[in-house]
Amino acid sequence: MADSETNLVTINIDGNEHSVPNGMNLVDACESVGVEIPHYCYHPKLSVAGNCRMCLVEMGMPMRDRATGEPVLDDDGVQKIGWMPKPAIACASKTMPGLHLKTKSDLTKECREGVMEFLLVNHPLDCPICDQAGECRLQEFATDYGRGFSRYVEEKNVKPKRTKLGPRVTLDDERCILCSRCVRFCDEIDENPVLGFTERGSYNTLTCFPGTQLDSNYSLNTVDLCPVGALTSTDFRFKMRVWFLKPTPSICTESSAGVNTEVWSREGVIYRITPRRNDLVNDTWMADTGRALYHQVEAENRMKSFRVDGNRASIGEATQRVRELMSVGPVAYVGSGQMSVEEQWMLRKLAEVEPGAVHFVYHQGEGDDRLISKDKTPNLRGGLLTGLLKTLPETHLHALRDQLEKGEVKTIVCFGEDLVKAGIGPDLLKKANIIYLGSHRNDTTDIARVLIPTLTVFERSGSFVNQQFRLQKFAQCVPGPAGLLPTTALLARIISEIKGDAYTAPSNPMLWREMGLAIEQFAGVEFAKIPATGLELDSSAFAQLPFVEEKGWHYEPAAEPAGAESSAH
Amino acid sequence: MAVKVVDRSPLNFWEKTYMPQVLGGLKITLDNMLRPKVTLQYPEERPTIPDNYRGVPTLVRDPNGREKCVSCQLCEFVCPPKAIRITPGDIDDSDENAHVEKRPKDFEINMLRCIYCGMCQEVCPEEAIFLQDIYSVSGYSREELVYHKAKLYELGGTLPDQHYKWDRKKEAEEKVAAGGHH
Repeated sequence: MADSETNLVTINIDGNEHSVPNGMNLVDACESVGVEIPHYCYHPKLSVAGNCRMCLVEMGMPMRDRATGEPVLDDDGVQKIGWMPKPAIACASKTMPGLHLKTKSDLTKECREGVMEFLLVNHPLDCPICDQAGECRLQEFATDYGRGFSRYVEEKNVKPKRTKLGPRVTLDDERCILCSRCVRFCDEIDENPVLGFTERGSYNTLTCFPGTQLDSNYSLNTVDLCPVGALTSTDFRFKMRVWFLKPTPSICTESSAGVNTEVWSREGVIYRITPRRNDLVNDTWMADTGRALYHQVEAENRMKSFRVDGNRASIGEATQRVRELMSVGPVAYVGSGQMSVEEQWMLRKLAEVEPGAVHFVYHQGEGDDRLISKDKTPNLRGGLLTGLLKTLPETHLHALRDQLEKGEVKTIVCFGEDLVKAGIGPDLLKKANIIYLGSHRNDTTDIARVLIPTLTVFERSGSFVNQQFRLQKFAQCVPGPAGLLPTTALLARIISEIKGDAYTAPSNPMLWREMGLAIEQFAGVEFAKIPATGLELDSSAFAQLPFVEEKGWHYEPAAEPAGAESSAH
Repeated sequence: MAVKVVDRSPLNFWEKTYMPQVLGGLKITLDNMLRPKVTLQYPEERPTIPDNYRGVPTLVRDPNGREKCVSCQLCEFVCPPKAIRITPGDIDDSDENAHVEKRPKDFEINMLRCIYCGMCQEVCPEEAIFLQDIYSVSGYSREELVYHKAKLYELGGTLPDQHYKWDRKKEAEEKVAAGGHH
């Protein structure tokens, strides 16, 4: 990549000279200088198929004499351009020095009109019921490059609609324009070739091979890839038109891979999650399981009110009770890799005001060597960077259990971690004062003295540090339930309650100014200036730690993975 | 500002008596007494509503009784006062209209917000929403004036269809299923 960036060549698009990397795909090169070449089958992350013919343009090279190699000049002494007699597809061509393109000529226009007419011949008039309407390339290019009327009077093709290709994907074959992006994705990226075309000519139909179905955990990427509404997500099907939805950049919390996502919401309700392109983390893909995570926002067991000793309370009463319980005896903190860097920093400040050991649980599970890592929390490395953790945590809280048994700990401040699941028995927990800050109820919340509801990742903003030590921001997508505060504000309130001074809710930029001064790796980082693709941090201090992550699509483990001792729970 | 001097010449004798004006007014009254009546005894008598009248927006069925709305939500999008709210839903495979795939689970029009602009009718790709001849809207509560799907279909009734788009689609499907040309 570095080579091609430095190796720039000049190409001429519609009479304007542009400097682009040598050998870059022409569709991408034109896009990078703001010239659109319409295309259906080409995708930057897939092989070139060249079957849709939408990207036809006129190409030419400066003319040279065949015998001598001398430039052929016209009467004005300018080198002549040898235009190819027929248009060529841009997606199968690369940039080269002196290349000339005509993307707005009459011939190019006619080509596009012709291709659009053929594509629309058998395309059903489904737009009112089609989920793709609003983000459909066929709709867009029909208005931008189409003829504007139909000359077709014959009956349209009939193909199967509503075919269930797999548990999460529904196919409408009539809408398919046979671009084969999904086929190539399954073949090349997912390496699970289940899709193919059967029949010939206008009977050509996309289907699964006999005895197979599109059930891979990456199947919904085919829905994102589909330029028309042929492949639809069964979860999102007929739920909401896309023009009502607002995309917000976010980060997937499924694992420490830190997949970049876009969360689509309308009026505070999330309807779907799609991947956001980041060539250094997830390209344009994400796993299906991560797309279902938004259901936690409206889950049955969501905590929505502050509770003290089982009764509803105000936030003031709750923080007052927290102060009382924390002064009872030795305090221990159970942090979490689900907390953002900012929240972990506030926890560190709390642990400085009211000293106590900070415990973490190492959530390990199955990885797939792709975009799901074996660490099931998005921000364990934030705990290391903020200084909450000195080394990697255990998969259980047996050390804390032993301390509880000996009576060395009286109060536990727990951040969304199910202590019962982490290996502390309910009977033992009942002896301690548990202050629980979390978004959902579980076995531990039944025992806790103080319950403080927190926001899910979709309702707050902050940053995570993924397995590559890449600092990535996520934005608030939807407002949280009424009366709930971000965990940073809750912690600030508890700290001021303990100290007895005035409370101000900290903002993320403010916390980052503090962290920039206090933490070596965060020096010079400004929250507002963290790029959309993330910021790689210096990880040399942690290079020797045996992280569990194994090789993934954009991740090479630095140290030997400690896979042998992983015990999922 | 320029000053304009208005001519106010003194009144003559007849004008001073006011009689010409009084008699002129009485003439107009008498003329109208003898003309045919135009007043309607509303609400017993109702005016004839012209065809292009924009009354209450309603949902209509096609002559076969199929609800025409497919919940594409274009009217919801275009509605200037945001009076329309649609909850989309799918059609079960066992339904006779399964080939249409989509219909509204609920369709709300808030009549307190509606400004009778007719944009919803204009934008509808399925010709399912029409501003018909209902002009009198009243209710005892705000909730009552949010019309839901059942009420909107009741008000809309059935209108003639020029296209039978979905019926033709079903016919084509059946023809292919029977082994005919597609």
